[in-house]
This record gives sequence, structure tokens and C-alpha cells, in this order.
Amino acid sequence: MSRARADEEEYWHSSKFRAFTFDDEDDELSQLKESKRAVNSLRDIVDDDDDDDLERVSWSGEPVGSISWSIKETASSSTSSLEGRDSSLQKGSSSYAAFPKQVSSYSLSSLFKGRNKLPSFQSLSDALSDTGVKNYTPELRRPKAEYKDYGSDWSPRDTVRRMQRGKVCSLERFRSLQDKLVLLDEAVAGHDGNVITAVLIFLKRTLRREILFRELEVRQVALCHLIHFLKETGEQKLLLDLLRFLDRTEEVALSQYREHLNIQDVEKRREFLKGCIGLPFSAEDTSHIQDHYTLLERQIIIEANDRHLETAGQSEIFRKYPRKASILNMPLVTTLFYSCFYHYTEAEGTFSSPTNLKKTFKIPDKQYVLTALAARAKLRAWDDVDALFTTKNWLGYTKKKAPIGFHRVVEILQRNNAPVQVLQEYVRLVEDVETRLNLATKYKCHDVVIETYRDLKDRIQLTAYKCKVERGSAEEDKINSILNNMQIRWKN
Amino acid sequence: MAFAGRRDVPEPPDFGILKRLARDQLIYLLEQLPGKKDLFIEADLMSPLDRIANVSILKQHEVDKLYKVESRPAISASDQFCFLVRPRIKTMRYIADIVNADKMSGRSRKYKIIFSPQKFYACEMVLEEEGVFGDVTCDEWSFYLLPLDEDIISMELPEFFRDYFLEGDHRWINSVARALQLLNSLYGPFGKAYGIGRCAKMSYEVWRDLEEESEADGQGRKPEIGNIFLMDRDTDYVTALCSQVVYEGLVDDTFRIKCGSVDFGPDVTSSDKSIKVLLNAQDKVFSQIRNEHFSSVFGFLSQKSRNLQAQYDRRRGMDIKQMKNFVSQELKGLKQEHRLLSLHIGACESIMKKKTKQDFQEMIKAEHSLLEGFDIRESTSFIEEHIDRQVSPIESLRLMCLLSITENGLIPKDYRSLKTQYLQSYGPEHLLTFHNLKRIGLLTEQSAGETLTAVESKVSKLVTDRAAGKITDAFNSLARKSNFRAISKKLGLIPRVDGEYDLKMPRDMAYVFSGAYVPLSCKIIEQVLERRGWLGLEEVVRLLNGNEFSVSDSAVEDNPTWESQRVILAVFLGGCTFSEIAALRFLGKERGCKFIFLTTAITNSARMMEAMIEAKA
Repeated sequence: MSRARADEEEYWHSSKFRAFTFDDEDDELSQLKESKRAVNSLRDIVDDDDDDDLERVSWSGEPVGSISWSIKETASSSTSSLEGRDSSLQKGSSSYAAFPKQVSSYSLSSLFKGRNKLPSFQSLSDALSDTGVKNYTPELRRPKAEYKDYGSDWSPRDTVRRMQRGKVCSLERFRSLQDKLVLLDEAVAGHDGNVITAVLIFLKRTLRREILFRELEVRQVALCHLIHFLKETGEQKLLLDLLRFLDRTEEVALSQYREHLNIQDVEKRREFLKGCIGLPFSAEDTSHIQDHYTLLERQIIIEANDRHLETAGQSEIFRKYPRKASILNMPLVTTLFYSCFYHYTEAEGTFSSPTNLKKTFKIPDKQYVLTALAARAKLRAWDDVDALFTTKNWLGYTKKKAPIGFHRVVEILQRNNAPVQVLQEYVRLVEDVETRLNLATKYKCHDVVIETYRDLKDRIQLTAYKCKVERGSAEEDKINSILNNMQIRWKN
Repeated sequence: MAFAGRRDVPEPPDFGILKRLARDQLIYLLEQLPGKKDLFIEADLMSPLDRIANVSILKQHEVDKLYKVESRPAISASDQFCFLVRPRIKTMRYIADIVNADKMSGRSRKYKIIFSPQKFYACEMVLEEEGVFGDVTCDEWSFYLLPLDEDIISMELPEFFRDYFLEGDHRWINSVARALQLLNSLYGPFGKAYGIGRCAKMSYEVWRDLEEESEADGQGRKPEIGNIFLMDRDTDYVTALCSQVVYEGLVDDTFRIKCGSVDFGPDVTSSDKSIKVLLNAQDKVFSQIRNEHFSSVFGFLSQKSRNLQAQYDRRRGMDIKQMKNFVSQELKGLKQEHRLLSLHIGACESIMKKKTKQDFQEMIKAEHSLLEGFDIRESTSFIEEHIDRQVSPIESLRLMCLLSITENGLIPKDYRSLKTQYLQSYGPEHLLTFHNLKRIGLLTEQSAGETLTAVESKVSKLVTDRAAGKITDAFNSLARKSNFRAISKKLGLIPRVDGEYDLKMPRDMAYVFSGAYVPLSCKIIEQVLERRGWLGLEEVVRLLNGNEFSVSDSAVEDNPTWESQRVILAVFLGGCTFSEIAALRFLGKERGCKFIFLTTAITNSARMMEAMIEAKA
């Protein structure tokens, strides 16, 4: 390590940047100790390329936090002693200069490709000088002492450690498969994803993919990193090859399907989705993909049609309620809502009719009713709402039935400002008495409240309710007549 | 407030220095590119940057125009471009495009990329591939820690959650370790370290390595923070998935607190403009209600308003001199308080309005049933209806995940039907979301374990025992069982209700969820601190899939009289919610200790769900 020392000395003697002032100012020192501690811990703030045994630096009295202060720190911030470093190196661990660099003056090709000659101090510093980095003062930011590192035969472990600290290390030496794998395992053991990925980039360049894949199959952590890296860089082909190699067929399919997100043109998107149907999805997902394709196909047809209708201005509904957005790429339920809104009465044969959609996509009753209700209520088409819940039995009697709770129906109607007459019809159908009373009271469906209290034989509540209705109104009369009804056996 | 501390709670250390350090380093880096320059800032970095510097500081250091990365740059005449970015491949390509376009048109400029908090090799690889490597210089801005409040420090890395827990990428572990190193050197040495989770363990190891190398002179120093507790987010997903009902959590769920501040829209300000409000301990009104259950907030606000009114009313009957005094001394403070009060009252109103519309009450009821494990069918149909009505894609996902985690996966029939309805309601492309949720273990199908075991044993045959152990670990982390029910029983997370839970006078941390559930993450921290280790928690640890640790640094002086013994740095890897923060603040007051929160980002259920959605490239 004497060379290092010589280099350092040369640096300190030649540098025009004399960062240290040795006029001792002990008071300042103690005062600044706190800040110094902070700054020293922020090894990466300061570009401590160099070690120096000037542990007890006295500070020049620059105000802490000023820029010049930080720049001086740049040159002076290191604290660990040279001796300590040497001994640790002998032990084989690289605690030496374990601080990240700020300026990347090295290129990745020097990392991965190496150079023709055996890497040596000289040749690598040459390499650095022609990287075209010229925006900083080399003397300030990158003392020569550092360059010697290139020549050393770092063990895989030390290489990984140095890379973790942002140091440059040539990986070129690792040529045998075993060396490469040891390096990779060390990187994984070092828990730094950045380094793991860097090693993987190197392996990817220097190994045939089948070999790489085979080795990654038993190295799950590294494998995750490569997959993530390929996703991020968009190397889709290699990613798919890897997933196929691993027999992860479902992921192959999903990963291909994912690409549709990037296709803007609907026609192209539709074509692409068509191609996705044959991908090795699970049976369940295959039907979802099929539905996706069919849905977009329908939407394209509906969109073309409706745009035409709208511009022609012939259709009343489109004139009255101009479309706010195109239906393309909307979810199925939104499409259904749209179709219930604009195409409610169409025959099942047309693609845009709600019944057609319901059949094609096997939309459950519940879902269908909720959506149709919302659409028709929005149009205030109360007759349609009524029809939605009316069923006839074989004797021709009509009955109200809903696959969803009637409280839900009430809520949707109320949100669409349904008149009380409509509302109370459905409030009346809410089964749970308490909920019914709550809703009826909340939405002022007086008749329902009154009838419910009557059915509950609750005279007190009914009497109390009298003050909620208008004086002299039909409701008041109704309450009075019920209260006067001698037939009722009140419970209170 | 409502709870009286048994012991004096130690004051939190001053984290202002962290801001100063970050600012100074940024200035230093800007000075490395002397002369006028245009600065391109990554969207994610704008709010954090706002918290430590301002435009005039940037202008002072010759930043001419500011641009957002991703929006096409305006035609700029500047000779120098500086990019302040996160280390992302996409951003590298964006920069490379600018450089290459300049090259094509024969324009020469200087380019500098400042990576925050650190540079990745993969980014440099992209720069090299794009042929711009020599044309740009790179620097690192080690801005790891942003103090959001007197007791909250955020790394502002929301992507940590997806990168680590979904993709299994360890790229941020080193950043966490560096953040710990910095805090340790400023406020440590931390004498005692506890943790649970794979990532916690790795971060701890890397940090210790850094400490060993740095030979810091921490020995014998009197620490300000004595304990550290690291926890992986996947130790407890349940808490993060619950609807928040403490005020700060509700504000976050409703309006999204970003970097410690919130934009209150016209519906809150009852004017036509939005107001940006900094939410922290300095806000005299907010600091008193932030940790309160929402139901107690109204009462507090109205009391406060009455007091304020009374103070204003004192004007009446004042003589000129008194009036002069009043105006010069008190009026400003009163006006300020008035402004804050009306904002928070407006926020409450807006929250109420939104929540009533969403059937909040019903939703909370369903959540509580899931937590307690009864009426599962009823909750399932509530979720189904939620999906069918297209209430909210994120909320629907959240409820499904909560159902899955608490029930150790959905039964296959429910899984299929909910998934189908979800895709129909919110779009077929969410197929990808479901796949992600399955991988991360948030939304699974029961009996899915079989396929996993098959792969596992196949792989295990191929490798040595040592590696096989690691693989099993890896598999566990990928699709671990939550065992929530058993853990909840062991730790008593569902308080027994005898009578009404008084939310104004909370008796335990369950108050942050209306008395229905003690947040698991906080309960673990409480138990471990109480026992000074994991002894006696073996069964819980097993159910949590292990990876626990507890280390005392023998080199650090252990002086029980030091206040630092009662200061705990709680580190949440993958995000921490305001409910958890409120719960631990409560615990701190009860036990006379102070929790400092270090999180990779503030999170909530919506952010977690959004992180699982695939976006177009």
C-alpha cells in the first residue's frame, strides 16, 4: 500500500486546492463537532476520494453550511486512518475508502468489457481521461490515488463491496463460469439490488442465455432482479424467453397481454387482443381475454354507429343528452350503462342492445338490474324502472321482485331525484322494518311511515309522527283516521 | 390531550440539520455546473425539494428556468441542462433523447444528471447504450431523509413498496442502510436494535457493515435515540388496508397528504380557490386533533370556535389603549387560528359529505366483521355489491384484499366470481392487477399453496441444502400465508367489548380503529419493547414467518438514566400509515417514551393498491 500513500502525498503536495488550514481553533472545533459528525456521516455528500491521516483537522472558520465550507469538506472529510485501512485490507475485507463517488467518470464498458491489455493502473486512467468528462476539476474531485484500485485483484467479495460503495471495479476478470457465479452469489449476499443487477448485466453479456437462465433458476433472488430489469428496460423478447425457459407459461401470457396497454389505436389494439386469445392463460383467464376482445370489437361498432347518429342529429336522445366521451376501451358495466341509456329499447339482435350485451357476456342479473336501474333513473324513465322489477306469474298477477335489496333500489332512485310517489313504492318493499322506517322517514315517504306504524300497532310513534306532516294535509287525515280506528288493537 | 402521560415523554431530537445537509449538498452540486442553467426536475422530487429549498435559492445558484421531467422541454436557449431525477430507466431515455436531438441539430450544451438518492448501474448502462455516456456528467444527491414533522422522517420512496415486495428487487436496501447510518451518526449510537422481516434483516446487516467500515467515533457519545425497531410492511398488511378514522389518516385517505402538506380544494375552503396547507406540529389546531378519532374532532373544533369567539368578543368594552394592545398583540394570532379552524372545519364537512355518499358506515361495519372473523358471507356480498355498483375501483380492491388476508385467501368460488365481476365493472386489463396481487400475497385463492410447493420441491432438488433454505425463504416471502386469525388471537388484537368504547378517552391503541382492532404492527412493537426482545413471542414469530432479531450493541454505553433509552426509531420498510403513527404516539404517551418514525414513504390502502396496477409504459 505504499504506492497509495505516495500517490496521496503527491496529491496533497501538488493540489492547488489546499483545503486544510492548520491554524488551530479549538473552540470552533468543539462547536462544529456536531455538524462535522453529521457531515462525516454523510460520506456521500463529500467526495472523499482520498484518505489521509490528518484526522484532527482544524477548521478554517468558514460558516458551517456555506458552499465553500462544503467544498473544503470535499477534500478533507475522510476520517479513517491509513493504518486502519491497511490492516483491514490484509484481512481481506475492504473497508478501505468505502465511500461512494459522486462523479461517474468511468464507463460501464470499462466495467464489463474491460480492456485488451491486462487491466493496469496506467491503462485505466487513460480510459478515464477519454470519457469526455470535463465539467469538474479532476484534482478536486478525483485524486489519482483512487485509480490504483483498478489493478488490484479484488476477491469477488471485495468487488461486490466496492461496487456497493459506488466504486469502479472491472468485472472482466471473472471469466470462468464458476467465478461469475461466485460473484453473483456474493452480490446477492450483499443485499444490494443495484449491484446484483450490475453483475447480471455483466453475466447477460458474457454468457449464453441458456446457461444464464439455468443458473438463475436456482438463484431466485437474482432471478427476480433480472426479470425486473428486463421489464424496466423493455427487453420483452428476452423476458419471454426466460419465462418460457422457467416454464412460467401463465406469466408468458400475461406479459404479452400487458403490451396492449401501449397500443393506442383501437383497431390495432383489437387485432392484438385477438392474438392474445391463444396465449397459454389459465382456462378462467382465457375467457376473460376472449371477453376483452369481444367487448372492444362491440365498442368499435357501437362507437362508429353512434358517432354517425350524433352528427346526423336525427336521434332525439343524442340531441338531448350529447355523449360526453367515447365508449371505446370502457369497462363492460360502463358499456352496459351506455347501452341502457341510449339503446334501451333496441331488439336483441343489435350489438348495442342491453339484452345482447347481457347475453354475450353472461352478465349476472344483479349486475344487470343495478346498471339498468341507474341508467333509466338517470333519464327519469320511471316506467322502465317499474318494468324492471315487475314480474308476472302464470296467473297474470304482477309482483315486484329484485335481485338486489330494495333499499339499494331506493338509494339509487333517490340519488337521481326520483319523486316521492316513485320512491315510496320501493321504500314500501324494503323488507327489514327498521330500514324501511329509516328510509321512509329520511325521504319523507309519509304514507309508508304511517302504514308501517299502523302495522306495528305503535300508537305512540304514530301520534308523534303527526307533527312531521303538514297541518291539514291528506297525511294528517290519514293518521287521524287510523288513530280513531277502533278495530286496531294497539300495542301501546 | 385526553390521555395523561405517566412519565414525561422525551422531546424529539432536532431533525432540522437533515434539511440543511440536503440543501447544502444540492447547492454544492449545482455549483459544479457553473453559469446559467436550466433545471429539469422529476415530478416526484418537486414536493420534497420544496420542503428544503425554494426557487430563490435555486435562482441564486444560477438556475434559470425550471422544467418538469416528462413534459417536452420548451425551446430553451440555455447552454447548460441540469436534471434532478430518480434513478429510473425511463428518465434516462428521456434525457438521452434530449441529448441526441441536440446532437442531431448540431447544438452543443453541457448536461448534468443529479441522481437522488443514488445512482444505479443500470441507469448508466442505458446512457451508454443510448450513446450519450460521455456527453453527460453524473452526480449523486444523497437526499435520503426528509423530516416531514418533528417525529416523522420520510425517505419519499413510495416505489420501495412495489420494487421490493412485488418485484423482489433489493435496490433500495442500500439506501435504507445509508439512511440508518446517517441517523445513527447524528442521533445515535442506537444501543438496541429490534426487527422483523426479511428486508428489515437485510437492511440491518448492510447498515452494520457500513458502520464497521466507517469506524465512526460514536463510542462514548451520549445518544439522542437509543433504540431502533425495523419492520417490513408485509408483516402487517391488515392495518394498512383498513379505512382510517383518526383525523390525520382520514385527511390522508380523503385528500392525500403529499410530503406533509395537503391541497384543500374549493369544497373545503368555501371559496373558488385551493389552498395548500402544511400539516404538522406547528399548526396549533391540527396538532391537537391529528391523532383524535374523527368522532371527537367535531366537538373539539366547536369548543375551539366558541373560545375564539369569546376572545374576539373581549374587544367590546375595551378602551382605545386596550384595543390598540389587542390589535397589535393578539389579533394576528387570533386571525391565524381562525383561518386554521375554518379550514379544518371545512375539511371535516367535506369528509363527512364524501363518506356519507360512500356508505362509510356500512363499509366500516363490513371491515370490522372481517377483522373479527364473523359474518364473512355478508361481508363478501357487501364487497360484491360494491364492485357491481362501480363505487370505486381502489376501494373494491382494498376490501377484497382485506377479505383475503384475514381469511388466508378467498375460497375459489368467491375468488372467481369477485374477479369476474371486478373485471366487468372496472375493466378487463385489471387481470394484470389480480396477477400482481396474487404474487405479492395480498389477494389469493385458498389451496393455491399446492402449485407453489410443487415448484419449490422441484427447485430444491436441484440445489444444495443451504441454497434450498434460501429458496424456501424466497418462496415464503413471495406468497406467505397471513395467519391473521391466529395472530390476532395470540396477541389479543380484537379488544373484548364490555360496554361502549369511549373514543374520547382511549384505553388502548385500538381507538385508532374505533376500538375494534389494535393495529398488529404497533402491537408487535409494544410487545417487543416491553419484553426487551422476542422472548415469549415464539409462536407469534412463527406465525409471522420469522426473520426476527434483537441485538444489543455491547460497545454502546447503556445508561438507563438517559432519555434516549426512551426514544425509539420505528422504521417501516414499505410504508407506514397515519393510523399507525397515531397509535404509537398514543403508546408513547402511555409509556413515557417517544417514537420517531422513519418510513420509506407515508402510505395508505389506496397507495398500496395503486402500486399494484399496471400502467402503460
